[in-house]
Amino acid sequence: MVRYVANKFFYMLVSLFILISATFFLMKAIPGDPFMSEKKVPPEIQARLMEQYGLDKPVYVQYFKYLGDIATGDFGISMKHQNQEVTDIILQTFSASLKLGLIAIVISVIIGILLGMLAALYHRKLIDNVAMILAVLGIAVPSFVLASLIQFIFGEKLGWFHVMGFDGPLDYVLPVAALSAQPIAFIARLTRSSMLEVLHADYIKTAKAKGLNWMAIMFRHVIRNGILPVVTYIGPMTANIITGSVVIEQIFGIGGIGKVFVECITNRDYTMIMGVTIFYGVLLMLARFITDIVYVLVDPRIKLTGGKEG
Amino acid sequence: MRRKTLLTLLTMLLVVGTVLAGCGSKNAGGGSKENASAAKDQILHMNLSAEPPTFDPAQAQDSQAHTVLNMMYEGLVRLDENSKPVPGVAEKWDISSDGLKYVFHLRKDAKWSNGDPVTAKDFVFAWQRVLDPNTTPAPPYAYQLYYIKGAEEYNNKKMTDFSQVGVKATDDHTLEVTLKNPTPYFLGLTSFYTFYPVHQSVKDNPKWAADPKTMISNGPFTLTTWTTGQKIEVSKNANYWDNKDIKLNKITMSLSNSGATELSSYRSGQLDYAGMPNGEIPTDQMPAVKKQLQNELNLKPIGSVYYYQFNVTAKPFDNAKIRKAFAMAISRQEIVDKVTQSEEKPAFGFVPPGIAGEKEEFRTEHKDDYFTENMDEAKKLLQEGMKEEGYTTLPPVTLIYNSSEKHKKIALAVADMWKKNLGVTVQTENQEWGVFLKNRRSLNYQIARAGWSPDYNDPMTFFDLWTSKSGNNDIGFKNKEYDALVSDALASSDNAKRMDDFVKAEKLLIQDQQVLLPIYYYTNVALIKPNLKGVIIDYAGGVDFTRAYFE
Repeated sequence: MVRYVANKFFYMLVSLFILISATFFLMKAIPGDPFMSEKKVPPEIQARLMEQYGLDKPVYVQYFKYLGDIATGDFGISMKHQNQEVTDIILQTFSASLKLGLIAIVISVIIGILLGMLAALYHRKLIDNVAMILAVLGIAVPSFVLASLIQFIFGEKLGWFHVMGFDGPLDYVLPVAALSAQPIAFIARLTRSSMLEVLHADYIKTAKAKGLNWMAIMFRHVIRNGILPVVTYIGPMTANIITGSVVIEQIFGIGGIGKVFVECITNRDYTMIMGVTIFYGVLLMLARFITDIVYVLVDPRIKLTGGKEG
Repeated sequence: MRRKTLLTLLTMLLVVGTVLAGCGSKNAGGGSKENASAAKDQILHMNLSAEPPTFDPAQAQDSQAHTVLNMMYEGLVRLDENSKPVPGVAEKWDISSDGLKYVFHLRKDAKWSNGDPVTAKDFVFAWQRVLDPNTTPAPPYAYQLYYIKGAEEYNNKKMTDFSQVGVKATDDHTLEVTLKNPTPYFLGLTSFYTFYPVHQSVKDNPKWAADPKTMISNGPFTLTTWTTGQKIEVSKNANYWDNKDIKLNKITMSLSNSGATELSSYRSGQLDYAGMPNGEIPTDQMPAVKKQLQNELNLKPIGSVYYYQFNVTAKPFDNAKIRKAFAMAISRQEIVDKVTQSEEKPAFGFVPPGIAGEKEEFRTEHKDDYFTENMDEAKKLLQEGMKEEGYTTLPPVTLIYNSSEKHKKIALAVADMWKKNLGVTVQTENQEWGVFLKNRRSLNYQIARAGWSPDYNDPMTFFDLWTSKSGNNDIGFKNKEYDALVSDALASSDNAKRMDDFVKAEKLLIQDQQVLLPIYYYTNVALIKPNLKGVIIDYAGGVDFTRAYFE
């Protein structure tokens, strides 16, 4: 197990290094600089700015200096947002994305599992049909379409919620709804099919035959086994929701990290681009890493050593 | 099978529902929802489409910061509703007869938000900070101060002694400014943010402008909340000298970069102001907005121009006749009516209405009749031009523009008109902002989209652009006669003569050489709630909320 984890961790570091290097050189290859604007800054001032930020040096020198800086944990200051640390901006904006994301995840898991269970228990009945139609719709309608639709109906027309902003608890309702519709649908379908399978398994029949009461069967056997596939889905889903909220943040005017990411590229805010890329990279790799480990813990059939990797 | 039918039904229901919801909005008519609590709270809600990168007046260079800094600071003068300079921190001023020396008398009751008096030394400190070559990062707008004697030399390290620069505090309340050239628009320029005073405590804290706690300002409002990416809030400054005229208690700014969201938010009553200069109402929404919110829609001509520029060093636009043919062969009114739809004025010159002339506006004193739209004449000129260059067919032409829905629509409409009226097929190419700027600067294009807004209220801001040594001249146009006209206007204090130079320069630029293809003069498109009064849009499209109020 330790070897497995160490191995995965090593590959994670290698991928991170490749990510950093590739992003750095690609970013430098895009025309433009952080100080460009329609009205050109006089060449003397432009030259002074380039010098102050070390952008007058050859790209490889900048590259090694950057590697040195991040090795000591210094991500620099934003080139567009003067005198603000890249780490401060990332932490502040990520906290908004994280709050939104976590609530969406919790809601998706709870509602998704409930819906899936109901559908499985009332298999081929009305509840099942309605739940599954909702699920199909949830998967089929892209989140940005749903977001605009509920924004229009509940924000603009009915005025129940703010169209944008992220101040009070009510402001969470619409973005969370838009963000969790798809995972709810997915989890519901997943839960339903795996529960159906479990409900027909021999050991449930045995339990019934033993005369165990219904509640005990449900909680001790059906649910525990039925939601296993959901657990493995939570890892990738977390990463998806947290990185995929870019569009939702945009629509609801939420100052999350997704918005920062898009803007810093347009602005050629070099330190910010690197900072956010590394942050996202680490986040996704960690999610992947944890999922890998959880897979092993949940399902011993996945072999750790021997045979072929992959 | 039954399931499929049910699904189809449900989908249909959803579609019909959406369509019905759309219809519902039409019936509503009569305007948007009101912000009921506004009048008694006097809290204004607006949106900024991008977060201002900084609130340090020395570092700012964008329209978002412009709007907010205007709430938080006050310069020597401020602009009134007619864009005329009126007393700000300076109570009165004397200008010498040669137009070179300004003596500003500061009011004694001007205070910083922490209660300290605003003195002439604060201005000297702030201006020195802008010009100091060691300021990090280097203030990009330092050149706005180059009108002051010695400022450019000091900024470029050609001179190290700041006492040689033409700005002095003779006592706490008197500021003496000496200029390099007589600059008739200098007074108005001191209302611009690069000229704002800065509290002297900032020199020990490089992060002062990023934190409401350390932000000390001298304007009608002070920064009270700044949540990165989320919200900016300014509140009434009790120490502001004229606070009896300030009726708003608070201005809250949300930060959404989506025009659709901003509009929707305005309709729902969450915002009291939407649109330019800090946002944009999507052009595809204009017909609906015009119909439903006509009493709240505010269209004001502003001093900016939308144009295409020719690269005069690239074939086939090194030929003036071909350039003229292209300029004549489009219908500007049609673009304004059908594409932009905001009652912009078709442009046949380069200086927009609203820019000061000798006595009135430059554009009313000198009409922009440098050319007319004439399809037959255009075809003839194209043939002549092609003959001069020995073309049998025109080399392929590409028009570049920076990514935006509006620019795209205009480019496609123009290309279509060229196809129809000249029989020339023009490719249109959309480029990302940075790439676009680089291509334009390095003359790597044939025709490019452009726009220009004034830095100050004088035609000079439109003409010094195209001199041979201008850093912003990205069309390859070099003309000695033109340069001479502009430098003559620069050195002259006789306003009639200056305007005369400008007319000649504009004629050379448009009528004779046609290096530019003007399309329209901008209007400021904004939605303002009917009970919100006193919002001022200035000549350049800047917005001033400081004296606004709800009734």
